[in-house]
Amino acid sequence: MAYLETLKGIFIDGDRYMYILKGLLFSINVTILAAIIGIVLGVVLALCRLSRFYPFKNKFNPLSQGALIYVDLIRGTPAVVQLMVLANVIFVGSLRDVPILVVAGLAFGLNSAAYVAEIIRAGIEGLDKGQSEAARALGMNYITTMKEVIVPQAVRKILPTLVSEFISLLKETSIVGFIGGVDLLRSANIITSQTYRGVEPLLAVGIIYLILTSLFTKFMRKIEEKVKN
Amino acid sequence: MIKIENLYKSYGDLEVIKGITKNIDKGEVVAVIGPSGSGKSTFLRCINMMEDITSGKVVVQGKDLTDPKVNINKVRQNVGMVFQHFNLFPHKTVLENLMLAPMKVKKMKKAEVMEKSKNLLKKVGLEDKADVYPDSLSGGQKQRIAIARALAMEPDVLLFDEPTSALDPEMVREVLDVMRDLAKSGMTMIVVTHEMGFAKSVANRVFFIDYGVILEDASPKKLFETPTHERTKEFLDKVLNH
Repeated sequence: MAYLETLKGIFIDGDRYMYILKGLLFSINVTILAAIIGIVLGVVLALCRLSRFYPFKNKFNPLSQGALIYVDLIRGTPAVVQLMVLANVIFVGSLRDVPILVVAGLAFGLNSAAYVAEIIRAGIEGLDKGQSEAARALGMNYITTMKEVIVPQAVRKILPTLVSEFISLLKETSIVGFIGGVDLLRSANIITSQTYRGVEPLLAVGIIYLILTSLFTKFMRKIEEKVKN
Repeated sequence: MIKIENLYKSYGDLEVIKGITKNIDKGEVVAVIGPSGSGKSTFLRCINMMEDITSGKVVVQGKDLTDPKVNINKVRQNVGMVFQHFNLFPHKTVLENLMLAPMKVKKMKKAEVMEKSKNLLKKVGLEDKADVYPDSLSGGQKQRIAIARALAMEPDVLLFDEPTSALDPEMVREVLDVMRDLAKSGMTMIVVTHEMGFAKSVANRVFFIDYGVILEDASPKKLFETPTHERTKEFLDKVLNH
């Protein structure tokens, strides 16, 4: 009972739970923004990587090369570095007033896009070549083949990996503290600094992350089952 | 109907087809035989441009496939293909496999396509499988569906790329029976095959390919009984007397 009093002292007194709620909202918003940017840019990058068209067929293809360099650059550097570069090198001067939410969302989105692109590319390339051959042999053009035959099959293969990617993304947003964003983790630190209790706030946000990811996983499993048939 | 002139095909430095010139008329059933790696499949795949042609010409129904102005998708609507590994679309039911191309490519009405597709399934003896997914079919059934799918586009020519090579022996016959019926109905067919029995009994012309050239082009009777080339004799000796 005495411990419940302590917990109350940590979270309820001074409305400190509000830090956590605000942090939660911030984390979710950053993740959603990043996921949208990641998917859109990731699809574009994947299409660039897979592109093969006149006059670049079989030869040097600037679209594919460009996408490859982007993917290597992003995957080869830590997300913290990318985040800090974006916040401290690019969003300065007249761009200084851009909200941290946007900067963070953009940074994580640009980062996630590289991984999403590779997931999509691998999913499409992993399909049996005979599938597109069969479609093309029936007279379907590239777009119809993609739409009717390749994408529906690739989505099923890609979805589970994509879910892992977005779970990592949600957890990765906990580094926004580096550029002054107050997310879940940062809110725990604030509570610690006010109450001198280090463990409970951390555990609290850990549990919240766990709840978020399990809800998301459950939701995606439902969708996976739906697309399976 | 199909004119092949001086066809060459290389993969990088490797020359696979080294100058083939042939005419194939409407209604002919051509069996293409030869050792593995001889270029039989590549030759077949050049006829509907599944492979880029390095040089030479392939003219199908008056349309030169190597002419960039020719819409290859239009030509392919008339040139069906059946693959060794069936390549059915696993996310669609059997009936949907048949209906997809006529609806999406020819933009035909659903009801009309459905009726035609069901008739085709009856023709290959699988009308009871219309609503199942390809996963649940045997190899022979899959290949018969693949043939029906190609026929759904009402092609004038059908290309078969080793259609029975991936089948268990007891299923070869059901597929060959379907092909035999097709040949009787007057379909122009080019069949890359290891089934010498089929080549003998159904084809009215046999190509023997070796090292990327057609060494021999004759009626099955002549090719199997009195082959002129030493290589043909060796090959037939290997495949017939084992």
